[in-house]
Amino acid sequence: MPSIRQSAYPDLLPDFRNLAVMARVLVAVNALALAGAFYATPAIGAALERFVQAAAFLEPLLLVELMVLFGAASTLTRLPYLAGCLTVIVVVTLLAGMYHAAVRPIATQVMPSLGRTVVLAALAAAFLLAYFRLHTKAFSPALAEARLQALQARIRPHFLFNSLNAVLALIRRDPKRAERTLEDLADLFRTLMADVRQFVRLADEIALLERYAEIEQLRLGERLRISWELDAAPSDALLPPMVLQPLLENAIYHGVEPGTGVGDVLVRIERRGERVHATIENPHLEAGGQRSGNRMALDNIRERLALFFDAEARLETRIANGRYRVDIEIPYRRT
Amino acid sequence: MIRIFIADDETPARERLKELLQDIAADVPSVVAGEAPNGIEALEQLPASGAQVLLLDIRMPGMDGLELARHLSALDNAPAVVFVTAHDKHAIEAFELNALDYLLKPVRASRLAAALKKALASGAPRRENLVRAAAAPREYLSVAERNRIVLVPVRDIVFLRAEQKYVTVRTREREHLIEESLIALEREFSAPFIRIHRNCLVARSAIRGFERTGGGEEEAHWQVVLEGVVERLPVSRRQWPAVRELIAERP
Repeated sequence: MPSIRQSAYPDLLPDFRNLAVMARVLVAVNALALAGAFYATPAIGAALERFVQAAAFLEPLLLVELMVLFGAASTLTRLPYLAGCLTVIVVVTLLAGMYHAAVRPIATQVMPSLGRTVVLAALAAAFLLAYFRLHTKAFSPALAEARLQALQARIRPHFLFNSLNAVLALIRRDPKRAERTLEDLADLFRTLMADVRQFVRLADEIALLERYAEIEQLRLGERLRISWELDAAPSDALLPPMVLQPLLENAIYHGVEPGTGVGDVLVRIERRGERVHATIENPHLEAGGQRSGNRMALDNIRERLALFFDAEARLETRIANGRYRVDIEIPYRRT
Repeated sequence: MIRIFIADDETPARERLKELLQDIAADVPSVVAGEAPNGIEALEQLPASGAQVLLLDIRMPGMDGLELARHLSALDNAPAVVFVTAHDKHAIEAFELNALDYLLKPVRASRLAAALKKALASGAPRRENLVRAAAAPREYLSVAERNRIVLVPVRDIVFLRAEQKYVTVRTREREHLIEESLIALEREFSAPFIRIHRNCLVARSAIRGFERTGGGEEEAHWQVVLEGVVERLPVSRRQWPAVRELIAERP
């Protein structure tokens, strides 16, 4: 089954203000210098001596370079990736040239020629940029995963405790229904604790919605009326887990529970060409506080959709004719 | 026999409490004097039920539990209140701070028994504690009339005016007298109301305009013209700058 790991990540310049980045630059450049010294003089003693000489020339230059990059970091990150790389290389090379010119009159020992200094500086910069690019590539999925886990949908504690209370009320009078409700709750929490990175089949997500609705129905009785329009729902479509359930939960929490009368909720899922549309609609109650209260849940879902589908997914809300409505649109992908 | 009233919007939750009351009957004998699925109905039925203890859900449609309890305290023989909540961090903190009794859902029989005994001993909650525990302004003001509570929706109120001992609550249709302080009312309803005079708060949304009167011998002053009420109310010299600013802000 496809998962979030396959999405592409944009290339980014390394963060020149990050201490770890600076440390890596220092170590890498010195290692290169050491390797160069050993390459030029096979005898260990002479090679070390040569490295120390080179380091005396190299270290101040490196520090100056890092300081300049540190200062320019915010400007550099605003450039497109390739332009940023070229700028870094040019800046590093120019600084090396200027440093060479400044140090030459006061140098007490042999120095590399200007041409050599400039070429080596440019090569080292290009090599390090390539290294940082690979490094980011290797680690950013972990970042996305952490974000996903932080975004993992949560069921309101309010719902959990009220459901348990409703089950307790059933145990003596209707033990069969109490059993069914506990099974529904178990399914709901299993999904909630499942791997958030995997896509789920729409059919499974719909089954989950129905189990959840069953529990709410038990609590709210005839105050809750849900119309399901699922005939055109493509059951093989793939979507991130727990995208629809929080929306239905919001609809009930804000649109039905605070009302004294019957609350009509609509759930419609359908395929239109290569897109899957889902609509969840509930009465808009002034007392429900839906505009402020559920923004976080919506932002959460929106971000998860973006992590899975990038810009191909859409989530919109609107209030019209006393109804609050959420529309989701995702590309139709199947197993 | 303790007379108990149950207010909860979920039928299973009310059923569960009744079951538990039966379970603890040997220890705490009780009878259910009434039940209601929302705050408004509870307020209508409760005074006549003669309930001594109210088991009150916090999150209810129509009116939340804390506001309901505040209105009840206007009754002469107000019941003791035990709040019941599934999960509400803010409410629980407020209960703890203000010495209000509460139970967590699902409720345990032993806790229920203890809470009922304690509630009977301590009686109706103190009004100041309820006021301090409330997170939001009320949606209604209440007037106790003999054994009945009349609710006046705050959004129907045109102005509130302090008289000798009472505050007059003026809606488009009629007038009520309540025993509350204008200062406390101003603090609670600072968003929808504005003070125009030492003794008067006016609903911002009811203000239609201002008229200048007097002049000549008499000192000139401003009056508020209100929607739905013929009476004009004087704006004091002291409040005029603040009131005028409000008008300037309006689109």
